[in-house]
Amino acid sequence: MDILYSIFIDPFVQMGSAPDLLVQTLWEGLVSGVLYALIALGFVLIFKASGVFNFAQGIMVVFAALTLVGLYEAGVPAILALILTIAVMFLLAVGVERLVLRPLVNQPDIILFMATFGLTYFLIGFGELVFGGNPKVMITDELYLPRGSVEFEMFGGFVSLQKIDITAAIIASVMVAALAVFFQKTRIGRALRAVADSHKAALSVGISLNQIWIIVWFTAGIVALATGIMWGARSEVSFALQIIALKALPVLILGGFTSVPGAIVGGLIIGVGEKLGEFYWGPLVGSGIESWLAYVIALGFLLFRPQGLFGERIIERI
Amino acid sequence: MFYREAGQFKTNYAADMAVFPILQDKIGIAIILALALVVIPLVGNAFFLSVVMIPFLVFALASIGLNLLTGYTGLLSLGTAGFMGVGAFACYKLTTIFPEVNIIVWIFASGLFSAAVGVFFGLPSLRIKGFYLAVATLAAQFFLQWCFIRIPWLYNYNVSGAIEVPTRTLFGIPVTGPNASPEMRYYVVLGLVILLTWIASNLVHGRIGRSWMAVRDMDIAAELMGIKLLPTKLLAFAVSSFYCGVAGALMVFLWYGGAEPEVFSINQSFLILFMVIIGGLGSLIGSFFGAALIYILPIVLRGAPSLVGLDIGAATVEHLTFMIVGALIIVFLIVEPHGLARLWQTGKQKLRVWPFPY
Repeated sequence: MDILYSIFIDPFVQMGSAPDLLVQTLWEGLVSGVLYALIALGFVLIFKASGVFNFAQGIMVVFAALTLVGLYEAGVPAILALILTIAVMFLLAVGVERLVLRPLVNQPDIILFMATFGLTYFLIGFGELVFGGNPKVMITDELYLPRGSVEFEMFGGFVSLQKIDITAAIIASVMVAALAVFFQKTRIGRALRAVADSHKAALSVGISLNQIWIIVWFTAGIVALATGIMWGARSEVSFALQIIALKALPVLILGGFTSVPGAIVGGLIIGVGEKLGEFYWGPLVGSGIESWLAYVIALGFLLFRPQGLFGERIIERI
Repeated sequence: MFYREAGQFKTNYAADMAVFPILQDKIGIAIILALALVVIPLVGNAFFLSVVMIPFLVFALASIGLNLLTGYTGLLSLGTAGFMGVGAFACYKLTTIFPEVNIIVWIFASGLFSAAVGVFFGLPSLRIKGFYLAVATLAAQFFLQWCFIRIPWLYNYNVSGAIEVPTRTLFGIPVTGPNASPEMRYYVVLGLVILLTWIASNLVHGRIGRSWMAVRDMDIAAELMGIKLLPTKLLAFAVSSFYCGVAGALMVFLWYGGAEPEVFSINQSFLILFMVIIGGLGSLIGSFFGAALIYILPIVLRGAPSLVGLDIGAATVEHLTFMIVGALIIVFLIVEPHGLARLWQTGKQKLRVWPFPY
């Protein structure tokens, strides 16, 4: 009975007795959720438009952030470094399209998936070779990002919000809104959706696959850069960030591989679920459950909705 | 010239469907076996055996395990290292609780534990497939790795949190632990790998293998033909995890001699997936090719600069190795998406009609 009590009742008693702590935990969860969502967004963009499950999104985040900081350390002014980094991400997109995607067109999904693995290895080696393996500090002030925290008085306690987290949330929402408009309203967005539906059909109505892929990988590169800046400002820029890319997978599962809003909602659910689980249920089993809780939550959802929360229905024909 | 099937007539169905239908193939496999059993232990030094051959065989076995699941049944799994870890930890627990039982028995028994865990995590495979299933197996990977770290009972409450392999003997000769000679360990690994490869070959050529392939090619059609999906998929998970578990036990007991939970991290899973895909999905010989390429290539690359006389720092070599391996993976996928096994077949075909182009 003690066990049942400590699983089903005690955590809620704790939540009720210290609501300020609950709000703080929720906020922490939402913030990490936003960052998961940003990484997941990069995945969704590429998956939607080319059907490629881009494993390299995580390393692209690291690579973008490293390039930015590396350029700044080499003496380039911050804003110029930012512009140059965007240019580098564009070159990366062109390179990937030329050297990886174009020769592999019309191959099965798993082959393209493995190719992005190769890309990951390559970028890890290249990044370490050029910028060194040591963690770097993100140039927060130089990019005019706010620092410090705001404190609210709530339920007789204090809840403190980091300004950088608020900024991250705002940037994420702006980016999602912009992408939604881009996908739904513009000519290129329509072309992107056409390519996602069928490569052959898109080609036959005159959509250039090569151009579309460059655009998509470039957009994903910019999302990666934004993620890298936000995440780097919270901790530091290092290759360990790449592991976080794996956290984006349950987010994708939850939201569906092809849905931009799904990525956001999925990210928030995973972030909040993870933090709440770790804080209230973690001590029962010796903590550290953050490493797998997200996957189990996603698995639970999957059993009921195999296509994710917002995913398109999977229709199978013989 | 020498690789011709002319004059070799098949008079019954069994001969036609044999794994090695041509006499030259039989001679070839006999030569390879003789090389592995006699020449390599005689010629190779301790370093070659314990750093190159034993890991290669262990990885080949794990790749066969994953290939049975991903290549033959079409179920993508990223939890290989987790299942290998279950094998390793189960073997460690069993042999420390019952030290008098032969270690080989426990290596097989640990495979059974791994199979049970595999079946449990394979349950969602009936409902979900593709990348969604991959994420489900990632849950297994992270959960199992967490267990290896957080449950001290699994590593007998060692202060270091790692498992130390005790000395166990076979016919009075130590095969595990610090006193085991590389030759002895090599022979045990080789024997098990040959046995399990033979079993796998029979599995995939038989009824079970055909039902797996039917499920891979189109599961709805397979179901309509009377193949029960759940038992077939779960059997694939069980056999695959069994192989991975045995590979994990071999890895810790006969290669590392001790292991921390980090050995069974997600990177290990990815590495084995690489081997399977580069080697060739749905090919047993491809698993050996893939293991050889992915495991031995970085060793060669690391040794190459000093051989040529270039003086590059160790860190730079490490980074360059990453870059080259990454680039090579992409190049291989572009040149031959069906893996090294397909290249092997193409080569054999070319040899058959030589000197004519076709």
